[in-house]
Amino acid sequence: MIGIIDYGRGNISSVETALEKGGFKNITTDDHELLRKCDGLILPGVGAFKDGMKDLENRGLIPIIEEVVKSGKPLLGICLGLHLLFEVGEEDGESKGLGLLEGRVERLTTTFKIPHIGWNDLKIINPSPILDGIVDGDNFYFVHSYQAHPVDKSIISATCNYGQDIVAVVSKNNIFGVQFHPEKSSHKGMVLIQNFGKLVSQWS
Amino acid sequence: MLKKRIIPCLDVKEGRVVKGINFVDIIDAGDPVEMAKFYDQEGADELVFLDITASHEKRDTMIEVVRQTAKQVFIPFTVGGGIKTIDDMRNILRAGADKVSINTPAILNKDLITQGAKIFGSQCIVVAIDAKKSEKGIYEAYINGGRINTGLEVISWAKEAEKCGAGEILLTSMDRDGTKDGYDLELTRLISEAVSIPVIASGGVGNLEHLYDGLVEGKAQAALAASIFHYGTYSIKEAKQYLINKGVDIRW
Repeated sequence: MIGIIDYGRGNISSVETALEKGGFKNITTDDHELLRKCDGLILPGVGAFKDGMKDLENRGLIPIIEEVVKSGKPLLGICLGLHLLFEVGEEDGESKGLGLLEGRVERLTTTFKIPHIGWNDLKIINPSPILDGIVDGDNFYFVHSYQAHPVDKSIISATCNYGQDIVAVVSKNNIFGVQFHPEKSSHKGMVLIQNFGKLVSQWS
Repeated sequence: MLKKRIIPCLDVKEGRVVKGINFVDIIDAGDPVEMAKFYDQEGADELVFLDITASHEKRDTMIEVVRQTAKQVFIPFTVGGGIKTIDDMRNILRAGADKVSINTPAILNKDLITQGAKIFGSQCIVVAIDAKKSEKGIYEAYINGGRINTGLEVISWAKEAEKCGAGEILLTSMDRDGTKDGYDLELTRLISEAVSIPVIASGGVGNLEHLYDGLVEGKAQAALAASIFHYGTYSIKEAKQYLINKGVDIRW
């Protein structure tokens, strides 16, 4: 069972339907016990860093996420969910993140139009099980104005270029994060969802 | 690098696709969900549904179309037509659409753009502009399906829409719409150069060169077309292959 963490952020239904299409049982909830029982978690999200952290905190979800990660179960952060994995976000004044990964989240510095919206191609930097079957040049759908800057560059699995290099995928042990929306990235997005589902199945 | 986008547009009336469509391998070509699935498989980068349902009571049929599409289609899609309030936006977005497109209500009440962007994010709010060149050679914005000339000059209107929080401009040339003569490249370039948000070119595509012209000469980020795809004149794949061969950065 994959738990989609419900913290009141954005359109979660497309993540649910992508998991269903992949044949993976899932539940969207903010119930602590239900999330604890899941074999892996997805932290989705659209919106601002500070509000996102506040919502996680208000629902008492931060210790649950920490506990699940510590137990070795896979966690996937999508878009804002990826950002929240890091220590500090600078959106709307500095605020503290989950700190599961070292680094900051900062506004894009590209001279191109912001937000970065649309299909962009990946450059694979380091192999990761989340990228099984995905190769250099495969396209994914991005919508964001901020990006993560990991301290440990070796956790960067893939980047894309938008007038600057953007961290697109991070992997560290059982923690994964993607800047793009796999649930909106057609068949290649489904490959990534399948990979995450397999990682969760291996755990359970 | 960021790819230029190819966007088929489907006109939907009371839950059914209108305009003749002729695909042999689709079970029900009038079913917007089937069409959306087909275009996703074909490699469309996004989809636009334009709800042309006239009666207000039957508007809920669009919500159901959106819900079903979101369950089966895994590319972003926009819904336009009949969206007048924040509640309308919320209903469409909650049902699973990624963006809403507003035209007349945006001009009549600019606060709708600002509020929508604040609540749902700029990336959700597409402002549609129907433009027509006046006798004096000025492009003016029309509302109510092209029936009323607002007298608003479109470059300043596009800039203002951006300032209010629009995430994209869907720019239709009324002079070219339905002509198959190609996009109005002058209009497209003027708006693309005036705003820093993406511009979707619309109206007038009759062949693949027109798509190229809109994206390259018109400097649009995305090319929207209806009849050339619906009537099977060209497939999405053919269009994309053509653009790639001409050096346009396109998702394959």
